[in-house]
Amino acid sequence: MRHLLSINDLTKSDALSILNTAETLARASDGPMKKLPTLRGRTIVNLFAEDSTRTRISFEAAAKRLSADVINFSAKGSSLSKGESLKDTAQTLQAMGADAVIIRHNASGAAHTLAKGEWMSGSVINAGDGTHEHPSQALLDAFTIRKHCARGNEDLTGLRVAIVGDILHSRVARSNVVLLTMLGAKVVLVAPPTLLPIGVQSWPAEVSYDFDSIIGEVDAVIMLRMQIERMTEMFIPNAREYSRFFGLDKDRLATMRANAIVMHPGPMNRGLEISAESADSARSVIVEQVKNGVSVRMAILYLLLAGTQELEI
Amino acid sequence: MSVALPAPDITRAITRIAHEILERNLGSESVTLLGIPTRGAHLAHRIATAIESITGKPVECGTLDITLHRDDLRLRAPRALAPTRIPPSGIENRNVVLIDDVLFSGRTIRAALDALGEVGRPRSVQLAVLVDRGHRQLPIKADYVGKNLPTSPQQIIKVHLSETDGVDEVLLEEAAG
Repeated sequence: MRHLLSINDLTKSDALSILNTAETLARASDGPMKKLPTLRGRTIVNLFAEDSTRTRISFEAAAKRLSADVINFSAKGSSLSKGESLKDTAQTLQAMGADAVIIRHNASGAAHTLAKGEWMSGSVINAGDGTHEHPSQALLDAFTIRKHCARGNEDLTGLRVAIVGDILHSRVARSNVVLLTMLGAKVVLVAPPTLLPIGVQSWPAEVSYDFDSIIGEVDAVIMLRMQIERMTEMFIPNAREYSRFFGLDKDRLATMRANAIVMHPGPMNRGLEISAESADSARSVIVEQVKNGVSVRMAILYLLLAGTQELEI
Repeated sequence: MSVALPAPDITRAITRIAHEILERNLGSESVTLLGIPTRGAHLAHRIATAIESITGKPVECGTLDITLHRDDLRLRAPRALAPTRIPPSGIENRNVVLIDDVLFSGRTIRAALDALGEVGRPRSVQLAVLVDRGHRQLPIKADYVGKNLPTSPQQIIKVHLSETDGVDEVLLEEAAG
């Protein structure tokens, strides 16, 4: 494995190997070994053409714990904002000796373009491309669900997970549907019809318009952010109505199964898709997701960069 | 392929190493055994059991995965990681005995010393191995050796332990081809 562009590129055993490696690394960083020399001398570039807080610092923290050198590169204040093409940027990074590029871009397929262009010899890691995929987020969500809900299995067999909200614009949902299903979970997508993409019937997931009928039957709910910045039309009548039918408020929270968990990829619109009580409740693992994100990204960097590229995992 | 060390010899070697560790450290109170996964961890557990049956007192025993500290990571496919379990009292000021199955180039032990440095500062670090096959590439020497086995660098040593392989034996194979 050289790049991580899409969950579809992974086999189930690849995915489990990432989760298991992340678990070992999480134990190492909780324990005495905070900093590991594994990627000493490697250069990792964070190429963020779109705003991000936690993904960028999470990858940065992961890379630094493995002793890699990190160069941060954001669209604002770089030549990307002057209209430099991806190819020219890639060739610049290649000339600087980047071993890996972590790319976030508002165009779906940007990571793919960067990897397939062969403009650089390093690895490409997709940290979110438009409304397409966000594989590292799906892996950390699967890691979190496995930790809290798995029924004695290595995978997610027998679990039911609801993904609720703005599915249409969500790369997190796309990556999660593929990964969670691959790992044996059943996924239910809950959203108003206007926020479901065309062709959702062909996804390996159930679809529901009625959050109340689903909430009591799942082991985990992933609440998605309403992506106001990507919305060019009217998708919902108004925020209050959306919140009433699809938000996770304290009444819905009370109907959840005993050990069910509440997740959100962040950043949250408190009061819109999730109420403050739900976000801060004992069921919420939202802050833990951030912590798990660092371990999962360390595992991704280790598996992509530590060994030679000629051999498979 | 020949059997270099049959099961009874392995058991005897472990018992002898247990006695030597006790003799050198004047008992087991200050000793922390750390096995290097996979087979070093099993050997550490067996040595701990042997020490406990001699002294009647428990001895600190854990594992130390050194994969992330290896200097040859770039030369091969990524390895699966094994857990590191340091006993709760830590290694500060303890006499740490590293335990591995085969001592060859010494690079694993160098990585283990680096890994230990991240964990704490032991009073001393000692090394116990089941087989020393020679051909060191670094200035490293074992304190306790189950058996010295002269080999050529092309030969392959295989350690089988019942915990992972169903049988106790050390095999010496000629290199294929």
